Amino acid sequence: MRRIISMLMENEPGALSRVVGLFSQRGYNIETLNVAPTDDPTLSRLTLTTVENDLRIEQLTKQLNKLVDVVKLADLTEGAHIERDTMLIKVRAIGAVREEVKRTTDIFRGQIVDVGPTVYTIQLTGTSDKLDAFVAAMAGAEILEVVRSGVAGISRGEKVLSL
Amino acid sequence: MELLSGGEMIARALEDEGVEYIFGYPGGAVLHIYDALFKDCKVPHVLVRHEQAATHAADGYARATGKPGVVLVTSGPGATNAVTGIATAYMDSIPMVVLSGQVQSHLIGEDAFQETDMIGISRPIVKHSFMVKHTEELPLIIKKAFHIASSGRPGPVVIDIPKDLTRPDATYEYSYPKTVKMRSYSPAQRGHTGQIKKAAKLLLAAKRPVIYSGGGVILGDGSDLLTQLARKLNYPVTNTLMGLGGYPGSDPQFLGMLGMHGFYEANMAMHHSDCILAVGARFDDRVTNTVDKFCPGAKVIHIDVDPASISKTVMADIPIVGPVQSVLTELLAQIDLLTEKDSSIPDQPALERWWKQIDDWRAAHGLYTGRRYDESDMIMPQQVIESLYRATKGDAYVTSDVGQHQMFAAQYYRFDKPRRWINSGGLGTMGFGLPAAMGVKLAFPDSDVACVTGEGSIQMNIQELSTCTQYNTAVKIINLRNNYLGMVKQWQDMQYEGRYAMSTYEDSLPDFVKLVEAYGHVGIQVKKLSDLDGAMEAAFAMKDKLVFLDIFIDPMEHVYPMHIAPNGSMKDMWLSKNERT
Ligand SMILES: Cc1ncc(C[n+]2csc(CCOP(=O)(O)OP(=O)(O)O)c2C)c(N)n1
Repeated sequence: MRRIISMLMENEPGALSRVVGLFSQRGYNIETLNVAPTDDPTLSRLTLTTVENDLRIEQLTKQLNKLVDVVKLADLTEGAHIERDTMLIKVRAIGAVREEVKRTTDIFRGQIVDVGPTVYTIQLTGTSDKLDAFVAAMAGAEILEVVRSGVAGISRGEKVLSL
Repeated sequence: MELLSGGEMIARALEDEGVEYIFGYPGGAVLHIYDALFKDCKVPHVLVRHEQAATHAADGYARATGKPGVVLVTSGPGATNAVTGIATAYMDSIPMVVLSGQVQSHLIGEDAFQETDMIGISRPIVKHSFMVKHTEELPLIIKKAFHIASSGRPGPVVIDIPKDLTRPDATYEYSYPKTVKMRSYSPAQRGHTGQIKKAAKLLLAAKRPVIYSGGGVILGDGSDLLTQLARKLNYPVTNTLMGLGGYPGSDPQFLGMLGMHGFYEANMAMHHSDCILAVGARFDDRVTNTVDKFCPGAKVIHIDVDPASISKTVMADIPIVGPVQSVLTELLAQIDLLTEKDSSIPDQPALERWWKQIDDWRAAHGLYTGRRYDESDMIMPQQVIESLYRATKGDAYVTSDVGQHQMFAAQYYRFDKPRRWINSGGLGTMGFGLPAAMGVKLAFPDSDVACVTGEGSIQMNIQELSTCTQYNTAVKIINLRNNYLGMVKQWQDMQYEGRYAMSTYEDSLPDFVKLVEAYGHVGIQVKKLSDLDGAMEAAFAMKDKLVFLDIFIDPMEHVYPMHIAPNGSMKDMWLSKNERT
């Protein structure tokens, strides 16, 4: 099953490499990875997605928790949550395709954030599935470049991941 | 407050931490530190002959004393030479603090002379590591390193120190913190009472119980409590390779070691058990054989301080996360409570039947009750360990290397006390034995310290004979000489039709007697069984001498029992070259 694991870690050099290293060391795959500082400058928030069975996930979260730099960890997929991935996608936009790209972007509630005579750059935010669907919908156009932020996530309601 | 340079801070912090020995080797990046140690430091430094040996010596010291071992090496090759020893300590959860020099801060990343990314190289084999950025942080980082290394599930911690941070002309205020608190590190302090209650109930309802204990009982100083528990219930106990000495080896309730080369009775009892109490053990593949076939009828209670050890390979029915002492104390109290209320538990008739079954297994194929080994005129390796046991009255510290000799030592030296059996169980590091023995002997100069080894292993760190000369570390080296990389040969006999691919030395072995004499030690060659006991006693009578016993043994001997793999269960074993379960 696909899991979204989110953690607060010390904003220290080497902390990220310990988390990432653990995945390769113990034979896990990272599908997406997103890391940035939080409101507290001493903490970074790292969110990653991975596909594993329950047993392996339990072992993985235990091993991550053991890392001294990891302060707190949650498997967001265990409860109701919101996930967002942001994509910037550059497509060739000429002729009839130009209008088609614009229409599809509107349907997906995307935004064209850069316009050139022959290209559009579109920004789209949503779940990973939605982004995948958009890429699939662009099949008729020539995709020049895709960049995704990786999933960021947060629990719904009162539940918070904080100190 | 005092003003100290970075180098002086390190020297002083090690004193303040109560460190007894530093094992190390100097080099450019740590010269400021060495100068500070030389000028003013009460902690003696042991100069090894190879940095790997520094880590193994610190490791041996740590295993025998329970205190963290301390290592100091230079950057680049000094640091990389230490890597095998750090990995060895990591796999066996041994507390260790490794200070490695680093090139000057402004050169980091430029492929400077003797630069290696030690934090990166050591990352998967440390409990934690620190890269020091500012001299002022040194005392706190050192305090944290000792705290992390020795609390919870212990392990090695690396501190990488750029040379410029230790320079003598830049001084800072020094004070060593008494305690340290880290928001991101808080090992379990006690087990969950509800779980412990459940465990007590399950344990008392068992009809075929086995207590399976590992290195965690030794590391957590839980041997006395474990022994109390086992004796109170009259339940059988088996130990892992790492757990030997956790329960008295000469006690009738002891079934011996379990696992790949475990005792027949221990492996059989595990397989047929209905309740396994695992304490500080981790269901390692050398114990379980094929996991899917592991102990099919058993409920598992698993006590460990590390939650990640629980349900990693074998699912626990009752997991208990906590330090062994506190959990066993609570478990004992719960057992008292339950047995006072209900005198019919544990089920004595069932227990009697279980012991009868175990005694039958013992009588049939027990390691000590019937010789199943090929008879020959040569000295058998088992006889060497038995002779060592007699000569040391079962009270020696025994280190070992890796191979057949290690398994014979584990099987035949009946360790009655914890911290006496010192071997590289997890990583299986040849070359561990001699430097580890040095560390133990320095910690306990008046005790007998023996290193059981083979000609392959001993040559991996034989240069340490020179260190032993310098510090007069009078260990006894028991070389089980079979003229092969014996354990490799055994597998080649069993799985490769006796094709000895690169497992012989083709008459290239040195004359070990002459070799050790060249270092100023004593060497004795033993070729006849009738000379064995005499030589052994003579060796231990020479209290102040390192003695190397080069004992020629039957080169064709195998270690048995041996689990049948792949696809075998705990109960599937070779009992001799032509007998299996
Ligand atoms: C550093 C290292 N290299 C290789 C091995 C693989 N290995 C395991 S046992 C063994 C043979 C050991 O031979 P020896 O020390 O003579 O002991 P014996 O088995 O003959 O008692 C080897 C090569 C190892 N464990 N460690």
